[in-house]
Parts: sequence; structure tokens; C-alpha cells
Amino acid sequence: MACPPVSQLSAFDLLGLGECGWGDTLLLGFGNSILIALGAYALGFGIGVAGAFGKLYGGPVTKDMAAVYTTLVRAVPELVLILILYYAVPGLLNQALVAMGRETIVLPQFLTGVVVLAFVQGAYQTEVLRGAILAVPHGQIEAARAMGMSPLLVARRVIFPLMTANAVPGLGNLWLNATKDTALLAVIGFAELTKATFQASSTTKAFFVFYPAAMGLYLLISLVSILGFGQIEKWARRGQRDVRG
Amino acid sequence: MAGFWKPHRVGMAVVALGLVALAVIYGRWEWLANPKYQMLFVKGIWLSIWLTVVTMCVGMVLAIPIGLAQAVGPWYLAAPARVFCTVIRGTPLLMQIWLLYYGLGSLFPGTWVQKSDLWPILRQAWPYAVVALSLSVAGYEGEVLRGAFKSVPHGQLEAAKAMGIPRFTLFRRIWLPQALQRVLPTIGGETVLQLKSTPLVSTITIMETYAVAGRIRQDTFIIYEPLLLLAVIYMCLTGLIVLLFRWFEAQTPSRTA
Repeated sequence: MACPPVSQLSAFDLLGLGECGWGDTLLLGFGNSILIALGAYALGFGIGVAGAFGKLYGGPVTKDMAAVYTTLVRAVPELVLILILYYAVPGLLNQALVAMGRETIVLPQFLTGVVVLAFVQGAYQTEVLRGAILAVPHGQIEAARAMGMSPLLVARRVIFPLMTANAVPGLGNLWLNATKDTALLAVIGFAELTKATFQASSTTKAFFVFYPAAMGLYLLISLVSILGFGQIEKWARRGQRDVRG
Repeated sequence: MAGFWKPHRVGMAVVALGLVALAVIYGRWEWLANPKYQMLFVKGIWLSIWLTVVTMCVGMVLAIPIGLAQAVGPWYLAAPARVFCTVIRGTPLLMQIWLLYYGLGSLFPGTWVQKSDLWPILRQAWPYAVVALSLSVAGYEGEVLRGAFKSVPHGQLEAAKAMGIPRFTLFRRIWLPQALQRVLPTIGGETVLQLKSTPLVSTITIMETYAVAGRIRQDTFIIYEPLLLLAVIYMCLTGLIVLLFRWFEAQTPSRTA
């Protein structure tokens, strides 16, 4: 079936699924964006937990290494970091593979995107989690240690439950950043929502159909996430007294 | 400073210096000697600083009424201000820039704008970059100032009213300065974020620092070295902003309880 010229298509046709519309391209990009954001956020959370505990309870070298990591990452624009890592990570990996006498591989773009954004997220999450741990009353941790709990048990039973409420607002903001940072991958050609919007709108010249639609999708994630994190915070603060008199 | 140079830090500094030396010796830096690229970098850095300063100033001026409307305005001003902040903060800046440059920019040709005196300006990329970055600042700082205006103690405003100070003077001399002073550290952080957002305008053909590195990569096929220099430049600029705001904060005497 041949499509009519773009000028004869309505906004609904353009956003529709199927041959003439770009709806499926946009939705595919949207799905990619969410998957990358989820992956980067989860991996970044792992880095953040390790970084926060390293900064607070690590030895002098661990502390300084973590400080160098968070300072450097937060001082350099995400776009520059993404580009450096985008070239460096596969390059170094392949050099290592060659050195071990194996064949080079091509990293899937998706994986590179996730790793690169997680590296950035990890630095910010380290700071949020460090602040949240510091806000846990010291007596609680001392009491747990005095009971003879192992460091892991203290972390699992005392620090994590008490710090969650403090960490949720900051972590919520970082999740919103993660969803928006996926747009930066458009610059290195990854087919996420912003890139899909760019392609759809520059092909059809219907800028004011596709950009508002994509912005609506981003806003949808934001609003749903804000509601979700509000619920999580309410849950994390259960049993706590309301300080507002 | 004696507390800083512990043995392990000396070791880390040696390793860091070693890495720098390796990068300098084994890296390909011959392009740095080319006056063309030197000039491009100087212009690019200047443009990055210019964009950061101008858009922060314009954005702050826009943010004051937006924050005020949200803090104390009637609902018909507060609601649009809130929607504006939500949309700006909820969508990627890259998308806002592209919408303005490609979308808005595509509306003008063939209309009266093309014949007007504004056209020589509007056919360039930088007005769209300045508008997009300024609106972004306005959205984020509007939210910051909303809290700041609310946090000024009510007694200050009541005392000023009791002194018979006119409303605008009260705002200019008491409310605004105290609100700004409270959020000065936050604004410092936001300025760093703004500097880090400026590379995005390289995607709409503006030759700022990031675009210069991209150009060198295309010309010479050297990948890492320009990017490393780029990272160092941005770190220095970030350091400058941090120092500047530390100085600002020291200018206003404050009593910490």
C-alpha cells in the first residue's frame, strides 16, 4: 500500500502505527529509553552503594579514590563523558582481548549506553546515599555494633531501613535525570526516543506533531515516577513521627 | 596543607602524575601546535563561558516572576508557572533545543519574518540556543526561588510594611536579597550544571568548546586526546565557578546558628 504524501496526512495518521505513521518508531524509541534508564539506574545504584560505603567506612585510599571518582564525573559534562567512554570502553576491552590472544568483539550499542550512563549515575548516587547514611542517627549504628552484629548485618538490618526514607527524594530526582540523560545517547546515534523524534520530524517536517508527542511521553514518565517515589517515601517513612507540627 | 599530604595521597599523586606524563608522552598532541585549532579552542571556550553567563542572567530574571507567582501569586498566575516548570524540568533539554531550532526555526521562512530586519539574526543558530538555555534556567530556578521566597521570615516583611516601605521597594531591598542569599549555594551548583549543559548546543551547529573537539576529531582522526583536553577544560571552568560562588557567599555576612 502506498502512502499519501506527508502533507495530506493528519497528526493522527502521522502518529499512528503501521506503514504511513511513525508511531511504532516513536514507541520503540520510548521503550529503548526506558530500558536504558532502568539498566543504568540499577547499575548506578550498585556503584552508588559501593561508593557511599567506601567513602564512609573505607580505608584512606578507598575514600580518596571514591572522592576522585565523584568529583571528576560531576565536574565534566555528561556528553563529554559519554563520548570518552563510548570510544574508550570498547577500545580498552578489545585491547585486553587482543592481549589475551582472543578475537575482538563489537559491543552492543545498548550495553555501551547502559554502562556509560551508569558510570555517571553512580557518582551522583554515591553522594545521595552517603548523605542518607550520614543522616542515620549514630546511636542506632553504635547500638547495633554493641549487640555484636557483623558489619553486613548492621548494613542490612539497621542502616538500609533507616536511610531509605532519607535517600528516596534524592534517588527520585536521579531517576528523573536518568530518563532525561538517555536523550544524550541520541548524539552518538542510539535509536532512543529523542533520536526517533528527530528522524520522524525531519523526514515529515511535522515538528509540532512529533516533538510535543515525545515531550508528552517524557512528562508521562516524570509524573508517574513522581507519584511512585512519593508512595515509596510514604512507605519508607511509615512509623516515623511527622515533624511538621 | 600538612594534613593533606598523607603518605597514601603522595602515592596517589605520583600515580596521577605518571598517568598525565604517559598521556603527554605517548598521546598525539601535534594538532595543538596548529594555530587554527588554538584559535578555535580560544573562541570555543569564550563562547561556552558567554553562553553560561548570559543564559544564567536572562534565566534568573525570568525565574524571579515565575518563583514569585508560584510562592504567593493567585492561582491564575501560579498554575501556568507550575506547568511551565514541570514541562521544562520533565523533558530533556536536548529535545527543547531541537524543538526550538528545527521546529520554530522552520516556521519563519516564507513569512513576514523573512523580510523583516530580524531575519539576519533569526537565521543563525545562537538565538535559539540562548532562548532554549535561558528557558531551561528559568524553569529550574523558578522552582528554587519558589522555596526561597517562602523561606524569608515573615517578620522581616511585616517590619518593612510597618515602616511604610512601598511594595516594590520592599521586594527589591528586603525580600529579593534575602531570598537570593539563602539559595546562593544552590545557584552556584546550578551554574555548574548550566555550564555542563552548554555542549548540547553543539548539535545545532554552534562552535563552542565541545564542537571544537569534535571538529578536530573529524579533521585528524585523533579521538582521545581532544576529548581529554576537553575534560580538563571543563574541570577548570567548573573550578572557577565554584571559587567565584565561594567568593560571592563570603561577601554577604551571615550568622550561622
